[in-house]
Amino acid sequence: MAGPRNISVSEASRPVLPRHAKLKYDETRQVWVILAPERVLAPDEIAVEVLQLCNGERNVGDVADQLAAKYAAPREAILADVVVMLQDLADKGFLTEAREKTS
Amino acid sequence: MSDVLGNPTIPPDVSDSLAVLEKQRSTAETFGIPLAVLLEITHRCPLQCPYCSNPVELDRSAKELTTEEWKKVLSELAEIGVLQVHFSGGEPTARKDLVELVKHASDAGLYTNLITSAVLLTRERLSQLADAGLCHVQISFQGVEEGLADRVAGYRNGHRKKLEVAKWTRELDLPLTVNAVMHRQNLHQLPDIIQMAVDLDADRLEVANVQYYGWALKNRAALMPTVAQLDECTRLVEEARERLKGTLAIDYVVPDYYALRPKKCMGGWGRQFFNISPAGKVLPCHAAESITGLDFESVRSNHSIAWIWQNSDAFNRYRGTGWMKEPCKTCEFREIDFGGCRCQAFALTGDAANTDPACALSPLHETIFKQAEREAEGETNRFLYRNFSGGTLESENGT
Repeated sequence: MAGPRNISVSEASRPVLPRHAKLKYDETRQVWVILAPERVLAPDEIAVEVLQLCNGERNVGDVADQLAAKYAAPREAILADVVVMLQDLADKGFLTEAREKTS
Repeated sequence: MSDVLGNPTIPPDVSDSLAVLEKQRSTAETFGIPLAVLLEITHRCPLQCPYCSNPVELDRSAKELTTEEWKKVLSELAEIGVLQVHFSGGEPTARKDLVELVKHASDAGLYTNLITSAVLLTRERLSQLADAGLCHVQISFQGVEEGLADRVAGYRNGHRKKLEVAKWTRELDLPLTVNAVMHRQNLHQLPDIIQMAVDLDADRLEVANVQYYGWALKNRAALMPTVAQLDECTRLVEEARERLKGTLAIDYVVPDYYALRPKKCMGGWGRQFFNISPAGKVLPCHAAESITGLDFESVRSNHSIAWIWQNSDAFNRYRGTGWMKEPCKTCEFREIDFGGCRCQAFALTGDAANTDPACALSPLHETIFKQAEREAEGETNRFLYRNFSGGTLESENGT
């Protein structure tokens, strides 16, 4: 089964795109797109970068760390932006969380 | 952090799947290739829903494109920039080569969606489709309990089978959309249908009121909801959307009879959409063949799909605004709704270039609205079932 629904994105979340949402570079239109049922979304450059980092292993805090280092920007501001963006995707049903590995 | 597309992270209105193209490039000028294409791979279907979106004149199986022809089409679509294909029908699982076609589409990089009635599927075949790369499954439901649902579909034990297939779909970790086609005789079940979608662990629910062309137009008197029913439907959808945010996405389609402004049908003729019929005709919409006097090119012709989209007479006939007559011609909304639906204009006025009577500015709007209201209050509940022999009227006792 897919990961949980209705997720609340926080620094500790380990989000990932669900199976029905695919991030792809559209060669014809030269843009990144997220393909989903009856939808084609156009994420901006930073959203693409965030989503590429969201592999279900890293948590949102790790993602913010990487972006803060790369852009030499304040981590807290980046974290806040990333959480808002991911929550928006989650609310639309285009984000899930990796399940906890059961030991 | 540059903003490549000049818009926020996610387009504010994602309900129009093609808003991306529409905003980024002027399709009005360039007619960029659509992002998604509907493939009606067969008209064969075990169900007989009286509102079927297929044309009244159905393509027989002997006319259907072969496996190799469909594969060539899929490769060509991927090559020219189509991103998604919807395998639809008829009932797409009635084609024995469906797994092969889905595999071919996936290998070509296309996002694949199956639009199905589900009644012909086995768990094994669904599993094969998942392995072939199928991205998403959409199952139609005719109601929430088998009495009504099987009667609408004209198919015994269909509802039970659909529930079973929906369960398999989620067990195989495939995302599920429940498609509920709504009309006067099942609108009272909407709250339970919403709950059914939640219980089935669907990601998405389409609450699609019947659109009245083809078969549905023939059955309008048995299907048309009242204004009160429709208002209640809208209220329920809005309430459920809020309550189920993050759990179940709900798409909502209203019938345009009770609107003042017509819908921007297909995003405008030949602007954002085409579909391919079982026999390989490339059509501006799935009902387009109902308009007589248009000659639709086939993928079997010596033209490429891209050429047909750009240059064929049928696509250019009602493209843009040049074809319009009054009141569309000088209307300030002409590039907002493109005069509504050409098929509806043709079906109700006899001329596809007339204003869609759904528009309050159409001289026929008042007449048609009143007629719909009368039909909605009427007592006619018998269906004309869809089939290859022009339809069969439901018996008096509803069997």
